[in-house]
Amino acid sequence: MTAPLLEIAGLRVALPAGSDRAHAVDGIALDVRANEVLCVVGESGSGKSLTAHAVMGLVPKGLAVAGSIRFEGRELLGMAEAERRRLRGSRMAMIFQEPMAALNPVMRIGDQIAEVFRFHGRPDRDGSRTLALLDAVGLPDPALIRHARPFQLSGGQRQRAMIAMALALDPVLLIADEPTTALDVTTQAQILDLLRAIQAARSMAVMLITHDIGVVREMAHRVAVMQEGRVVETGPAADVLGRPQHAYTQRLLAAVPKLQPRPDRSAELGATVLEGRGLAKTYAGRAGLFRPGRRVAAVAGVDLSLRRGEALGIVGESGSGKSTLARMVVRLVDADAGTLTLAGVDGNLLALRGRRLGPVRRRVQMVFQDPWGSLNPRRRVHEIVAQGLLAHGMDRRQARARVDELLALVALDPSSAERFPNEFSGGQRQRIGLARALALEPELLVADEPVSALDVSVQAQVLDLIADIQRKLQLAVLFITHDLRVASQVCDRIAVMRRGEVVEAGPSAEVLFRPRHEYTRLLLASVPGRGVGEETGSA
Amino acid sequence: MSFWQSFLRNRGAVAGLAVLAAVLLLALSAPFLFSFDPWDTRGAPLQPPGEGFALGSDMLGRDVLAGIFHGARVSLFIGVVSTVFAVVIGVVVGAVAGYFGGLVDDVAMRFTEFFQTIPSFVLAVLLVAILTPGLASIVIAISVVTWPPVARLARSEFLALRHRAFVEAAVLSGVSHIRIIFGEVLPNALTPIVIMASLMVATAILTESALSFLGLGDPNRISWGYMIGAARAVFRHAWWLSVFPGLAIFVTVLAINLVGEGLNDALNPHMRRRTDP
Repeated sequence: MTAPLLEIAGLRVALPAGSDRAHAVDGIALDVRANEVLCVVGESGSGKSLTAHAVMGLVPKGLAVAGSIRFEGRELLGMAEAERRRLRGSRMAMIFQEPMAALNPVMRIGDQIAEVFRFHGRPDRDGSRTLALLDAVGLPDPALIRHARPFQLSGGQRQRAMIAMALALDPVLLIADEPTTALDVTTQAQILDLLRAIQAARSMAVMLITHDIGVVREMAHRVAVMQEGRVVETGPAADVLGRPQHAYTQRLLAAVPKLQPRPDRSAELGATVLEGRGLAKTYAGRAGLFRPGRRVAAVAGVDLSLRRGEALGIVGESGSGKSTLARMVVRLVDADAGTLTLAGVDGNLLALRGRRLGPVRRRVQMVFQDPWGSLNPRRRVHEIVAQGLLAHGMDRRQARARVDELLALVALDPSSAERFPNEFSGGQRQRIGLARALALEPELLVADEPVSALDVSVQAQVLDLIADIQRKLQLAVLFITHDLRVASQVCDRIAVMRRGEVVEAGPSAEVLFRPRHEYTRLLLASVPGRGVGEETGSA
Repeated sequence: MSFWQSFLRNRGAVAGLAVLAAVLLLALSAPFLFSFDPWDTRGAPLQPPGEGFALGSDMLGRDVLAGIFHGARVSLFIGVVSTVFAVVIGVVVGAVAGYFGGLVDDVAMRFTEFFQTIPSFVLAVLLVAILTPGLASIVIAISVVTWPPVARLARSEFLALRHRAFVEAAVLSGVSHIRIIFGEVLPNALTPIVIMASLMVATAILTESALSFLGLGDPNRISWGYMIGAARAVFRHAWWLSVFPGLAIFVTVLAINLVGEGLNDALNPHMRRRTDP
């Protein structure tokens, strides 16, 4: 075995005084060998990203870095900045989570790549190397795309362009910091394929930072698991994923949602609560003086029905119209066409306005995606949870008692009531959001990506809680998600949306294991880590 | 880090706050230290600063020091009260425009722009002249010309906050629009408005001085602007008549600006230490 390409030993990155812990990265040791993919996996705040940045020398000013990082036998810490700059790009390169933020928005793609060549003293005069790179990362029509600006490309194409830039000078080490987190699942599968092909073709070392065990299964030769700034377990992928030794790794693996449909509960379901026909919404951009307005059919004729106690999952990629559909149902967005009937309400729910809408609102409540944006930072938890009760005329003392019940229902400590949202973690905030939604005793709960911003271990807890409460209260739930694995855990039925239309709908087990539509099959095939060393989900 | 800690780290802001406190002390102590009417003749006219009058006397033998003390009352009063009015008008217009959007927004913003297209000082002069000079008309004039920027700021804050999930959650909970605007959104939009308001106090003091300089001040109350205006005829013989009130305006306005900067640093989240790792 040859000496490792990159050796990290005793690396510490101190956090500013007054942070929740002294070191973001606390004495870790890692090495990356030539021609291997090392996946560094961990939840948010584990220090995985900062480790990657420390290798590149991109740690924010003011954070002290100590220890040793040796690259090709040379010590990087304490190296002159000019020398480090020479190494960056030429011997080691990095790609980031958000390619739009990492690319210069006003510069053509080809020029940005040519810049890399120029800065390192190897100008690409005839542009042939740039073209070859764009071709190598699978961008269509390189001759045209080199003249495009970043905003003209899709997310996946931008990430490909970033990879092309990173590969420009044939680095021996590529650091990829959550390279597919911002992408749709089908695009993610393509980018991972590309990274794998490039790594093999160039015998490059890749250090891949991710929070997604599925991505680790797809990519890793070796795995390092990080928790709170420490590496808790490291080893060959098969060992770490197959026979995890550390308790944290075991917990992390157990929490990963599996493609496993919920048991059939059709016997428990009640009468139809919600019935929608031909729901449609078209967004029209403002027409300019010299250009016609752009029209996008976000939702184009969707039918749905939900029974009491049933959970319907709406699954789709970004732009599929699933969120617009949810917002139409809760009446945050006005529909253009369609009828929606709620049991016990006369007429079309979509046509109710003003005073007639008010009393109906409490019967349909929503849980939001972003745990940080969905709670007013200036209000105490009990005010947040009770806002609907007070608005509907309950007196303060009664409302306060009800808040305590609700907090108990979502498994939060009663003392939480007096605190402000910023004192809670993401998972706890989603529980508060859930308590708020349940306060008015709705019959229908619309959950718009309620767990997609959470770490997997927390995600599992919140999903369990939602499923549990749903069963207890016999709630009808409309569950919006991009993640088929999440949908399979909580939903009785699944509808798959693409470009505003439902392409396939049916009981979860049918959709997941006997998909009829090719798009559903593509989505399923793109789920990362599916069937790799995992028994379930390979059916 | 608490608000006070980050505020106190800015030395300019601390100095500004100290000066402002001193000016406030001048205003509060004026009726006790100079219990006579500052318009009264107290001795020989045009005495230079020295034994009889600490800061000299004007052409009618009035005490300049007493004028400065009593003038502080007028300046601070007008600065604070007209800012409060301007902020209230601006926030209401901006909040309604930003929250409801659409036609309401268009109407409110055209109305705001109407005020912004008229040169503000000319409008203030016109208003005071029409309303007859007095404390109330000066306050009205200054508020009327200074609210539009507040409205624009409040509108942009409301536009950004309007579609945050916590506001939508309040809508779904059945909370009324009025309560959402003032209870949910406004507290989150207040920081930049407070910073802007602190700087508007300084502008209001300057505007009042300029109006008084032109003889449009309240004829019953002495103010720093009036004192400079009255002194311009004898500027070459009696420098102290315009220099001391001028210094008072300069120091007060500078102090308010420093405090405003300090508030900005202390309240602005972008300047705050990032807590996310």
